[in-house]
Order: sequence, then C-alpha cells, then structure tokens
Amino acid sequence: MQDALFYIFAALTLLCGFLVIANPFSRNPVTSAMFLVLTIASLAGLFVLLHAFFLAAVQVLVYAGAVMVLFLFVIMLLDLRIEERRKIKAFGLGAGLVSVGAILAVFLSSLASSRLTSEESPTLEGATIPLGKLLFKQYVLPFEIVSVLLLVAMVGVVLLSKKELK
Amino acid sequence: MTVGLEHYLIVSVLLFGLGLLGVIVRRNLLVIYMSLELMLNAANLALVAFSRFTNNLDGQVFVFFIITVAAAEVSVGLALIVALYRKRRTAHVEDLTTMKL
Repeated sequence: MQDALFYIFAALTLLCGFLVIANPFSRNPVTSAMFLVLTIASLAGLFVLLHAFFLAAVQVLVYAGAVMVLFLFVIMLLDLRIEERRKIKAFGLGAGLVSVGAILAVFLSSLASSRLTSEESPTLEGATIPLGKLLFKQYVLPFEIVSVLLLVAMVGVVLLSKKELK
Repeated sequence: MTVGLEHYLIVSVLLFGLGLLGVIVRRNLLVIYMSLELMLNAANLALVAFSRFTNNLDGQVFVFFIITVAAAEVSVGLALIVALYRKRRTAHVEDLTTMKL
C-alpha cells in the first residue's frame, strides 16, 4: 500500500514538475504556478510517507499557501500577456539538456557506487514534539537568526517597493 | 522490491534536473523563479529522506530552515522583479542587457 502510494506521489510530482517548466498547451506563467502548487502538494504527500508530518503541514501552509499566493499576485500585477509568444531557442535547449544530463550522470553514478543501507526498516518518527524540542534546544540560535533574516527581508521588500528607487 | 532511500533520492535528483532545465531554458523571470523553487524542494525531499532512513531528526530541522529562508528569498526576489518591471516594462531575461558590453 505504502509502495503504491509512493509511486503515485512520485509520478505526480515529476509530471507536474515537468509541466511547470514546459507545458505544451500553454506558456502562461499562471498555469506554471498552478502546476507548481500541485508539485508541492504531492511533495507534501511524499513527506507524509516519510513520516515527516509537521513538515508536510508546513510545506502546504507556507509553500502552497503563502509563497504561491505571492507568486500569483505578482503575475497578475505584471500582466505579461505580450510575452507568451516567444520561442525557446534551440541553442538554449541544447545547452540545458547537456548540463542537466551531466549533473544527472554525476548524481546517479555516485548513487550507484554508494552502498546505501536501507535494508532495515526505518524507525524515525518526525512527530512535532521531538522536532520542536530539537528546534528550541539545540537549534535555538539559528532559529533566532532566521527571525532576524525574516525581519531584514521584510524591510528590504518595503524599501524595494517604494515608488522612487534611489 | 520495497521502497527505500534510493527511490526517494532518484525522485529528488530528477526533480532537481527538471528545475535546472527550467532555469536554463525558460526566458521568463517568474518561471525561472518557480524552477528555483523546484530545485529547493528537491533538496528538501532528499534531506527528509536521509533524515528518515538514517534515524536522525536534524535533517528535518534543516528543511524547516530551508522553507523559511526560501520564503524570505521569494519575497525579496519578487519585489526585485516588480521594481525591475516598473523601470523597464519587461520581465524577460533577453530584454535585460544593461550589463552587456
């Protein structure tokens, strides 16, 4: 049952990820954003299969909720209708395929040469309580630094979106 | 054959490749940003899979931080794109040739 669910979610993730970057029916950024939402939702399904329940919830709330709403907001704001018709250049496509193929070859060959010990059944439970304890005991300094980072990002966004950029 | 760590890593690698292909091939700044998000999510999947199969919760804390930093990065990047669009009326990388000699 779990294996079947893994294959379903993995196929859905890769299919929707492909449709984000190259949709044969529409070059509209809005459809890309919608398929990115689907990709993120199926990744949350994979997180649930990995027993990372808190991260699955955060993934849906933060990514599919907040980040994608921001994306859609900006897409609607920019009104990019004229730019849909541009062609993808053959040179760019070739260079992209070559570089992606090289990186995939490196990854897959290192994966094949490493002996991963996944015979024993995994026991880790990504429940919220141990994650929260770890976050607020061992990782409390990075947590505070991230809060400062969010504040800096907020100030930067407010400054960037002023009418008069100096 | 039961699903193990390798399966999750292969999905993660393929998703990363898709994101990289999108960054290189597409010419729209917003779609390039979405492809970047795909690559970040591929790394997240690999981290969660490692954390599950090596019985160590640290990977999930890293994913938590990555999601937070990605949210900050997206907000700043989209603000930059909007500021650029205000000045140049384009969100297309081939029209941004100010630094070209």
